[in-house]
Amino acid sequence: MKREKLRGLAPLEQPRSPEVLRVRQLRARDMLRGDLEGVDLEQFVEESVMTTRFEKALNWGRANAMFPLTFGLACCGIEMMSIVSPRYDIARFGAEAMRASPRQADFIILSGRVSIKMAPVVRRLYDQMLEPKWAISMGACSSSGGMFANYAVVQGADKFMPVDIHVPGCPPRPEALIYGFNKLQRKILGSPDPGWRARYNAAGTEEWAHAEPEPTPEQLEAYAEAREMVARAPGGPAGA
Amino acid sequence: MPDAAGLELIAQELNDAHPDSVLGTYHERGDACLIVEPGRVLDVLRWLRETPTQEYRFLASLHGVDYLPAEPRFGVIYELLNMPRVERLRVRAAVADPGGEELPSLPSAVGLFPTAEFQEREVYDFFGIDFEGHPDLRRILMPEDYVGWPQRRDFPMGGEPVIFTRDEPEVPRWYE
Amino acid sequence: MSDGAITSGSAPAHGGDRLARTEAQVIGASPIERTAAGEALDLEHELMTINMGPHHPATHGVLRLLVSIQGEIVRDLKPVMGYVHTGIEKNCEDKAYWKVIPFVERMDYLSYHFNAQAFCGCVENLLELEVPARAQYLRVIHMELTRIQSHLIWLGTTALDLGAMSMFFYCFRDRDRVVDLFELSSGQRMHTRYFQVGGVIEDIPVGFADRVLDFCREFPSRVDQFEALLTQNEIFLNRTRGIGVVDKQRLLDLGVTGPLLRAGGEPWDLRKVAPYSSYEDFEFAIPVGTVGDGWDRYRVRVQELRESVRIIEQALEGLPEGPWIADDRKVVLPPRHELATSMEALIHHFKLVTEGFRVPPGEAYYAIESPRGELGCFVLADGSAKPARVHIRDPSFVNLQSLRDMCVDGYIADLIQNLAMLDPILGGIDR
Repeated sequence: MKREKLRGLAPLEQPRSPEVLRVRQLRARDMLRGDLEGVDLEQFVEESVMTTRFEKALNWGRANAMFPLTFGLACCGIEMMSIVSPRYDIARFGAEAMRASPRQADFIILSGRVSIKMAPVVRRLYDQMLEPKWAISMGACSSSGGMFANYAVVQGADKFMPVDIHVPGCPPRPEALIYGFNKLQRKILGSPDPGWRARYNAAGTEEWAHAEPEPTPEQLEAYAEAREMVARAPGGPAGA
Repeated sequence: MPDAAGLELIAQELNDAHPDSVLGTYHERGDACLIVEPGRVLDVLRWLRETPTQEYRFLASLHGVDYLPAEPRFGVIYELLNMPRVERLRVRAAVADPGGEELPSLPSAVGLFPTAEFQEREVYDFFGIDFEGHPDLRRILMPEDYVGWPQRRDFPMGGEPVIFTRDEPEVPRWYE
Repeated sequence: MSDGAITSGSAPAHGGDRLARTEAQVIGASPIERTAAGEALDLEHELMTINMGPHHPATHGVLRLLVSIQGEIVRDLKPVMGYVHTGIEKNCEDKAYWKVIPFVERMDYLSYHFNAQAFCGCVENLLELEVPARAQYLRVIHMELTRIQSHLIWLGTTALDLGAMSMFFYCFRDRDRVVDLFELSSGQRMHTRYFQVGGVIEDIPVGFADRVLDFCREFPSRVDQFEALLTQNEIFLNRTRGIGVVDKQRLLDLGVTGPLLRAGGEPWDLRKVAPYSSYEDFEFAIPVGTVGDGWDRYRVRVQELRESVRIIEQALEGLPEGPWIADDRKVVLPPRHELATSMEALIHHFKLVTEGFRVPPGEAYYAIESPRGELGCFVLADGSAKPARVHIRDPSFVNLQSLRDMCVDGYIADLIQNLAMLDPILGGIDR
């Protein structure tokens, strides 16, 4: 979206001089008393009310009041924490209310490397978020595995979950992350079609935990061994 | 760091106290190291800790090394520290790989140095070296059901090959 | 929970499948639950195992804690790690020595210069390479600035955990000033790759010394302000005094080092007892606590902030002239202007960039004092241009073993405080 359109959604131009302000004040008083009629009333309404499509207003509200999910994984997490700090203030964009619970968050900032142990956890968090939800992949590691091309790091979070914005850097500067966040805001203002997430089977929200799959025979054997071990153990603690 | 002569003295006294425990020593670039038979490593550590002239009471680090293709393949290294004298001594347990399904094993040092608990789990996790007597030996950093010993030299690095822009149209995406 | 005396009779059986021990085999049966399992417990004394993390606002990073609680009191604690395990140590075996430096920096991600120093120092020991004095002083300046930065982030996040939200903003504001200095000297805020084997990658720019002195002049008053907010604050005192005390011998047995050990009363700091990188030239004190509770740990770290400022001022004052990296062309890149005139310089540059320098076979362990404790680096060199094994002894990994001792028989709220005072960095724990 162009910058002009973005500004077009901003509040109306405010009058500057005290005389103009006084005139507006008197007319407002007249309107409230019911004294404005006809052409005057129409002109008054035109000047004080903004009309737009509902969807645009909704998107504007969504974009400017986003709750990020606090999800610092590694080094990028420190730079993510510092966008809340006074210098790189993300509060001016309305996103300083970081929520720890995925049920309350709007978008997830994947800040850091996603290891294979953490990947199912991240995916479950993303599933638990309520629609509409977005994801920013911050840094090289969550965008593409970064410098870690090895057995332990998932080579990009978009291998298992939909990512809207990738922010490059290692770690990206806080300004870069804020720029990425602004891009996300512009994307939201443009009413994006979330259908592309179908390839991840990620549309919607996981409201209830899935039932655990039936235990395999090896697991059953292990459970039985564990029960025996507990039964056999002497009364005192076995170690520090 | 005990100097070269001091190191030889330690090795000799250890072999007197616990015969055939020290297989060798080396002293280079200021580091002193005792190479020790894996089954006897607890005796060595206890001797080094309790003997009044030695008193290496702090285990700074316990880690594993894969010396492939040298034999014996694995080394479990105990970095000992004598705090009052600020002297470091390295004890390397030369563990051989039995091959096949069996895991190399040596006794656990948790009884002597409780700090070994997490560190031995890490060595088990990455090299598959079994520590007998460890209270809770299971994987610590890899997922619990992971198969394989990642930091062994013959374990593949992993990752995926880089897709260059010129190859991108031919390589199918994972969702196609 | 006796003092580390393990009898092999009560160890878990080693029969069955050795390759994968699942959680079910061990994790459910904590010592307390084993004793209590057979008895008929009424509702008041029921033990409940809850899971904290890995996604949790108060665990500093992705740490998962399995906490067995009885009401509000913690009876047992098991940390589960590995959620940010990156396989850095394995990845380093595939890279030339100077390419390992960015990998190793990203382990303990708040003390990146310390990670780099540990690795570079180890390789310099293996090469028997002498680092020039100016480089050592520059390294000290950057390391102490990193220590300040790390303690500031610790202070901000700890105060945030305990409820003092505004401290977070103050600390991050000052942390931004430190990180600006790094940007001035190396161009990058974090993970600067400034330390190289043999010295530092380039000399500090004009004006760096003045800016650092400005910072040092202003910073002690900021620390005074932080102390005024927290040190005698009644809520802070109530939450931290007497909480999380572990006796000194137990800490030493567990291998704990750093501010935790010093708060417990042991004056052990590697900068003083085994000085490296010309720390012996500087005069500074080591804060040592008495009781070893949360308040002592806080006081030790805040005082370390002041001591670091002293060290930086002395280092700047005495900064010697000279080269900022060693002279050995087989290891260190030649200066750029020589490439136009000297053939050997061109060849050296080519060999170093394509293959890297070779290190004669051997192994070395090099330990430094990072903000969290003893950071050791073990490098096994096999004569080629790539290390055969790089292992970092991370202080947070070893210190985490003391969390259980600190938290057992305390409240859950104290668990949060203990975890914060432990200053764990999951990148270092998981590597």
